Amino acid sequence: MLLRALAHGSAVLALIAAQALPAAAATELQWWHAMTGANNEVVETLAKEFNEKQADYKIVPVFKGTYPETLNAGIAAFRAGSQPAIMQVFDVGTGVMMAAEGAVKPVAEVLEGGGYAFDKSQYLAGIAAYYSRPDGTMLSFPYNSSSPILYYNKDAFQKAGLDAESPPKTWPEVFAAARKIKESGAAPCGYTSTWLTWIHTENFAAWNNVSYATEENGLAGGTPELKINEGIFVEHFQAIADLAKEGVFRYGGRTSEAKQLFLSGECAIMTESSGGLGDVIKSGLNYGLGQLPYYEGSGPQNTIPGGASLWVFGGLDEAQYKGVAEFFNFLSQTEIQARLHQVSGYLPVTMAAYEATKASGFYEKNPGREIPITQMMGKEPTENSRGVRLPNLPQVRDILNEEFEAMLNGSQDAKTALDKGVERANAAIRDAVGG
Amino acid sequence: MAQPRVVFPNKVLPYLLLAPQIALTLVFFFWPASQALYQSALREDAFGLKTSFVGLANFRAVFDDPSYLNAMQVTAVFSLATAALSMCVALVLATSAERIVRGKTFFRTLLIWPYAVAPAVAGMLWLFMFNPAMGSFAYMLRRAGYDWDPLLNGDQAMVLVVVAASWKQISYNFLFFVAGLQAIPKSLIEAAAIDGARGAKRFWTVVFPLLAPTSFFLLVVNTVYAFFDTFGIIHAVTGGGPAKATETLVYKVYNDGFVNLNFGSSAAQSVILMVIVIGLTAIQFRYVDRRVHYG
Repeated sequence: MLLRALAHGSAVLALIAAQALPAAAATELQWWHAMTGANNEVVETLAKEFNEKQADYKIVPVFKGTYPETLNAGIAAFRAGSQPAIMQVFDVGTGVMMAAEGAVKPVAEVLEGGGYAFDKSQYLAGIAAYYSRPDGTMLSFPYNSSSPILYYNKDAFQKAGLDAESPPKTWPEVFAAARKIKESGAAPCGYTSTWLTWIHTENFAAWNNVSYATEENGLAGGTPELKINEGIFVEHFQAIADLAKEGVFRYGGRTSEAKQLFLSGECAIMTESSGGLGDVIKSGLNYGLGQLPYYEGSGPQNTIPGGASLWVFGGLDEAQYKGVAEFFNFLSQTEIQARLHQVSGYLPVTMAAYEATKASGFYEKNPGREIPITQMMGKEPTENSRGVRLPNLPQVRDILNEEFEAMLNGSQDAKTALDKGVERANAAIRDAVGG
Repeated sequence: MAQPRVVFPNKVLPYLLLAPQIALTLVFFFWPASQALYQSALREDAFGLKTSFVGLANFRAVFDDPSYLNAMQVTAVFSLATAALSMCVALVLATSAERIVRGKTFFRTLLIWPYAVAPAVAGMLWLFMFNPAMGSFAYMLRRAGYDWDPLLNGDQAMVLVVVAASWKQISYNFLFFVAGLQAIPKSLIEAAAIDGARGAKRFWTVVFPLLAPTSFFLLVVNTVYAFFDTFGIIHAVTGGGPAKATETLVYKVYNDGFVNLNFGSSAAQSVILMVIVIGLTAIQFRYVDRRVHYG
């Protein structure tokens, strides 16, 4: 019995081994990702198109759950020695991946190894810089980049007697409009926001050109310390806390849950990722888009990229790296990039795709769709707006979210929340750097 | 111990028969447990590229962390509330189901159903009903003027996860209480009735004391359930929030290990949890052995 089981087992193993041999068939390349819904369909289509175009390599997309779950699955797989070829890692995981030298192979090297010249200037500067080492080597392939923008319900604006064609530009204008909407009864809630940390601390700092953390927001390495418990941060969060107390602002959750509040018509204004546009379009809401609000005298500077990029693991064989290079070359084609941008609301990652979309008249037909790009590219980035990179950004976001929740339910004011958040986050960063 | 000892004439066969179970225990319990012990003395980066031995430093850090104390309190409140709520409701249901004359099996089957629901699914179910952004019940509560917002109000969030976790466990408790009720000799109840004891009196003086072994067993099982098996519910409903109000010890192990990628601390916490569960099991065995056989 045991012998038979063993024989059976080894036969299966032999089969698996035979499949893995490059000579047997096309080299298989696993692509682990975290895309759901419409964005998952895009992933499947891309893999299918690539596989049909050539016969040497086969991209196999595997859905691995949410962004953090995908990152974890990849880490566990690497530790077990069975890592996929490509993994999609969200923006805040970038610091984790960068620290893992030896576990990843820079995408620039992969492309050059595959015989493709790697020209960084083809890519949108802000995005390329974010996914590069301080010395300029591009480490990962930007796949889906997004930027936070303002969404508003035109019907509610009209009902409240606001101008539905000109969205509020500054934060005080947003807050005033939100109050008016609530008071006039146009909607039960004036304003909500997804991703408080990403939009109201990381992007808020860049967009208003104030420092998020020391060490150039952590891009310079070392042990960065958060600086978000002073100046307009306190003013901004106190304003939101006040709105929450009046019932004008409603909290939806730590990630994109608040989108539901906007889609259901409950909240009339929302700040959300441009990547959320697909769902807004689908809902049939009479919506308008606007720039991310700023404070007069501080912004607008430029926003920083969110979304995710594709990382290539180390420890694969040459044939696999060649295949990945082919695939990335396929992905960076202008028509593919332009299509990705137009169907998803994510940013185009190459200049050529941006120009092509512009030339096609897409932005005239779809007003507001250019906003996330102009926001990011509008100005030469400063020390405050190149991006944020901490060794443990997911943990820092968690800490800040906890303090914000305690602030929004009225148990502490903005200054206390930010002070406590900064203190706890700095301790966690020191811990992570020391570890 | 009154029964005669069973003697196996074959010396090897018993071990062979036990082998699969031992192998399973070794692979699925002792091996991971030893890994956790080993990991708890290490400090390493997420990818395991740099590892250093730190002895008991991870444990010291865990016990110095105020949020660990918070997680302990949350766990105690959550476990006791869940155990109490699910047992009380189950007892009421079991005694009522006993009194039903027609359709007993039908009601029992319905009441046992929720036990088959996976924790994550149960969590999603309650989330869909009570999430302030999309839940229909949440909408009704808010319409009725009640400020229902478990996303910000920690107490409300706690109530929500306790109710969701209890709901799932009621079926299990119900089963045991029904069995316990059936095991009570009818003659005792009849004797009490002849002595003039009415329904409530009969329940509290005869039935309830005789259910004590079942109740104690369920108390331990429910506490262990609330400790360990409710991860899926908490993950789906609150994610440990708001502001750590529903972060139990198990949830913290997950969060520190898999979200914050601090494997050393996470392993140390799981070792502490292992000690707690060994303690709970020891208490259960001592008590159950002593009390369950009196009847």
